[in-house]
Amino acid sequence: MISQNPVPGERRKKTVFDAALKSKEDNMVMISKKIKTFHFTGCIEIKELLGKKADNELQLMEILEDVPEDCIYYHTHSYFLRHFYLAGQYPNDFANWAAIQVRDRVLGEKLGMVTPSADKTFDNIRTELIDIIDKHLSSISIIPAVAYGEPFYFMRSRIIEVPLGVSAGNLKEFTEAMKNVHASAIYNHIFESRLRVRKGKSDFSIWLDEVLGVGGLAEKIERIDCYMYSLEDLRAKIIQLCEEEFRG
Amino acid sequence: MKQKKLTLDSYREVAPPGALELIYNIAGRLKGRSFLHVNSTRYGGGVAEMLQRLVPMFEELGIKTRWEVMTGSELFYKTTKSFHNALQGEKQTITQEMYEEWKRVNRENADRLDLDADFGVIHDPQPAGFIDVKPKKAKWLWRCHIDISRPERNVWSFLKGYIPRYDGTIFSLPGFAQKLSIPQFLLYPSIDPLSDKNRDLAREEIDAELKKHSIPRSRPMILQVSRFDRFKDPMGVLEAYRMVKKYNDCILVLAGGGATDDPEGFQVLEETRNAASSDGDIFILDLPPDANITINALQRAAAIVIQKSTKEGFGLTVAEAMWKGKPVIGGAVGGITVQIVYGRTGYTVNSIEGCAYRIRYLLSNPSVAAKIGENGRDYTRRNFLITRHLSDYLAMMSIMIKS
Repeated sequence: MISQNPVPGERRKKTVFDAALKSKEDNMVMISKKIKTFHFTGCIEIKELLGKKADNELQLMEILEDVPEDCIYYHTHSYFLRHFYLAGQYPNDFANWAAIQVRDRVLGEKLGMVTPSADKTFDNIRTELIDIIDKHLSSISIIPAVAYGEPFYFMRSRIIEVPLGVSAGNLKEFTEAMKNVHASAIYNHIFESRLRVRKGKSDFSIWLDEVLGVGGLAEKIERIDCYMYSLEDLRAKIIQLCEEEFRG
Repeated sequence: MKQKKLTLDSYREVAPPGALELIYNIAGRLKGRSFLHVNSTRYGGGVAEMLQRLVPMFEELGIKTRWEVMTGSELFYKTTKSFHNALQGEKQTITQEMYEEWKRVNRENADRLDLDADFGVIHDPQPAGFIDVKPKKAKWLWRCHIDISRPERNVWSFLKGYIPRYDGTIFSLPGFAQKLSIPQFLLYPSIDPLSDKNRDLAREEIDAELKKHSIPRSRPMILQVSRFDRFKDPMGVLEAYRMVKKYNDCILVLAGGGATDDPEGFQVLEETRNAASSDGDIFILDLPPDANITINALQRAAAIVIQKSTKEGFGLTVAEAMWKGKPVIGGAVGGITVQIVYGRTGYTVNSIEGCAYRIRYLLSNPSVAAKIGENGRDYTRRNFLITRHLSDYLAMMSIMIKS
């Protein structure tokens, strides 16, 4: 079940739509030293319903074992593309469902700490989630279920990347572009990039470091715990760091 | 006031930063392609309202878009009304003659209308039978706008003879998904921020509308805009208001329609009027279907907007109110739970007491109410405006055509 394949686009099970999806590698932002311009690419998420639902935590665990990896991606990763308010909630759909719909705060808190990262595949995340639920259910005598809330509906993502025709050749242009670019570009160049290249780095910091040579700024951007911010908060944070760089 | 002609660029001021660039760039991949919509009415209802704006937008983007409307007999409309009710879970009696009429009208319209396009969206059950004549190379999706979370078995079994032959379906909420072998997409409906129901109004326009209905502006207004329908729970709102009134001096406005063409709606309206008759601070307005500016003015004048439904499809009145910067208290059902982020853009409640408590809380904490209203406007801007709807359709079209 564990896959070491590092490219999200290749980890999907083949469906009729895969033919239409360009490989993520094809769409990678050009950040080599030869191409000095940074091209912003946004994205649109098409949400697909799997027609599966869980009414209790045991069902959640059982269905999790079989759903495609795109589903794990949707509920843990592209979550950030859809949610603009993070404070007070957990950063994935599984944790929020347990805490809010089932009203099992203990499981919600535990699942809330599951965070995608460059060194984890989505199968690793699936295993982590299942282990947490399994351990939790072993420690209690009844299976917590939805009484008043909504069931958990399993879904998956189709991310369509869209070059925005916005580019930057230096730090000033980059900062200005960051102010007006569609929020999905921030998602694409931070969250997607970190998984795509499997270096755990955002397109922004790679370009700032390797092309503009502002390694310090790149490092500060890398140190932001992006899973604790909304896209707009991240935008503000990056602009602030860029402006501080100007001021020296 | 005559509105100037709307173009896509008119939305630049209201859409999120960069949204228009996203739309123009994805549309660039689809230039010269053709798009077909089919439904059963040109005017009235949410689908027609949405297509009236979306079709010119697609055209402006260089995508040849046609909107075909089917027509039918009285028996056909009676049948599709029964289909609608059955899909929403109500037991219906549908005779063989009715099924045959549905098939006949579908065949006749499918032969008559021009259905040639690269990509098609067939809206709701009325024209679902058009799949029989789908051009070979075209990609068609069946878009279901109604709540089919618990459909009546016979009608759904009948439609399952057609739906799985589409290239996919589109539903408005995850709970509406069915066991189907084709892809099922989720697409939230949207509001048009520049329509009469949602555009900015001058203070004088708001005052004039309120004056027309003798509604005072001196005290905070609690408002619910909804059809007079038991599932919208107007009596529950009235009870919640009475609980609040002991602590806060406010007025209640219940504005809606549906009482003239629906006997049950008339009964609910009468019951609500009778229950409110002794209180001069309760205003019950039975509005005509085109009272868009009145609804807009009421929502803008309100301190808090309620949508205390006990059953709901999507409930776009929530997004309408949030767009106007109002805190919303809604029943924790259907699409209301998608629109209200608890404590951020409003509160979902499960009881009359819960509704009353949140009204009291917001009236007593105007700065919290203002912050929630501000969040709600921002949340609506990103999730429930027609520009998001347009970009989702374009993305869907892009993957379907390539597949």
